[in-house]
Amino acid sequence: MATTEEIRAQLADIVNDVAGVDQADVQLEKNFVDDLDVDSLSMVEIIYACEEAFGVSIPDEDAKDLKSVGDAVSYIERAQA
Amino acid sequence: MTEVVITGFGAITPLGDDAASTWQALLDGRSGIHRIETEWAKDLPVQIAGPVETDLSPWIPRVEARRMDRVSQLALVAAREAWSDAGFGLGEQNQTDPERLGVSVGTGIGGLVTTLEAWDVQQAKGIRRVSPFTVPMLMANAPAAHVGLLIRAKAGVHAPVSACASSNEAIALGANMLRLGEADIAVVGGSEAVIHAMPIAAFAQMQALSRRNDEPERASRPWDVDRDGFVIGEGAVMMVIETLESAQARGAKIYGTLAGSGISADSHDLVQPEPSGSGQLSAMIKAMRHSGLQPSDIKHINAHGTSTPQGDITEAKSIRTALGDAVDETIVTSTKSMTGHLLGAAGALETFATVMALKERVVPPTINLDNPEPDLGINIAANTTRELPDGPLAALNNSFGFGGHNVAIAVTNQHITD
Repeated sequence: MATTEEIRAQLADIVNDVAGVDQADVQLEKNFVDDLDVDSLSMVEIIYACEEAFGVSIPDEDAKDLKSVGDAVSYIERAQA
Repeated sequence: MTEVVITGFGAITPLGDDAASTWQALLDGRSGIHRIETEWAKDLPVQIAGPVETDLSPWIPRVEARRMDRVSQLALVAAREAWSDAGFGLGEQNQTDPERLGVSVGTGIGGLVTTLEAWDVQQAKGIRRVSPFTVPMLMANAPAAHVGLLIRAKAGVHAPVSACASSNEAIALGANMLRLGEADIAVVGGSEAVIHAMPIAAFAQMQALSRRNDEPERASRPWDVDRDGFVIGEGAVMMVIETLESAQARGAKIYGTLAGSGISADSHDLVQPEPSGSGQLSAMIKAMRHSGLQPSDIKHINAHGTSTPQGDITEAKSIRTALGDAVDETIVTSTKSMTGHLLGAAGALETFATVMALKERVVPPTINLDNPEPDLGINIAANTTRELPDGPLAALNNSFGFGGHNVAIAVTNQHITD
């Protein structure tokens, strides 16, 4: 099982790739929209990239609740368990 | 009538990554046509094209590039150069009034490669892997919209689509915005980027493309008896145009005057030009009339001249008719012999070449014209540059597109500074 830090680091790579955000800024307490300036279309792409990278399914109704990096990491951890 | 002048140029073409290097290569008679060495080309009947070989990453950051089709990337590179060349800044340094700033940028096809790649992804990986940026990347107005965002234009952003006449139409519409008082300054031009297996196969199926795969530099040969079709090129050319009043008020350098334009439609066939050339003739006559020019004023024509068997003959005939007895004094060229056919960006590239020809009083050559078609009756700058006379000069640039679109742009050397 991937650790929380491993998931966060991999997610940080995805956020960097899609939206150009510095990996070091992608911390659990950060809000994607308010803190990291990720727009809604980029968020869609990040969710789909996470599905592929982590081998999980993130339905659209769940994806809209993933406001912070911590929300996303927790969701991925639960989905992988 | 409000006079419209050109105050900035930007270009990224098969011949160079800026306007100056492109113009120099045109004067040098250099070909930008190469063999396509990539894997996807090896089974195609046509394996030659005029690519932009410059790495775009210094201009377009990685994250932006993921969200922007190449047709928009090229448009932005050329627009930045033109804007800066005209003496304007970006962002905080942009002192122009957005409400008086327009854009008119054409493309023949738009983000086709994005469309094809998105479909590949959808088939291979499923619906959820299709990028949410696909639509804004593929839409044909994306290059114009990106240029509008770059310079913060709010007076209107237009994106005419008329196949290979698109950017001449864009220039005509942009100049008319200024003449109608809708804007004082506009960025006008065109962009195209479809060097990909599918469009090459599709144009090849129309028997429109040269198959001279073993001699790429010699493949585009307008008016030569051994021509066998056009060569696809890619690139973008932009120009800043403004009212004479605006340019003079800020002491801008002026490359030339956009004197007028003529637009016509063949209404004959979706693909073939009307064989008598009457639609092309009408565009040239309207352009002269719009700009108050007589045939004897026209010292130069940058022809559409794509190197297709029928098209080159029809255009020679329509030029002869348009100019009448003055045709012998008019030096005609086709710079497509060097650049290939940039489709929706062709008109912008060739209007640039036409303006520079008047400014420098030298017409770029039509290369590869070893054995001209007999009885053309036009005076072609065959294989070498030709000088233009002293005094007032006027010229036409022709662009014709599938669909029967004909657009002629008239330029003069009035108001040139330095």
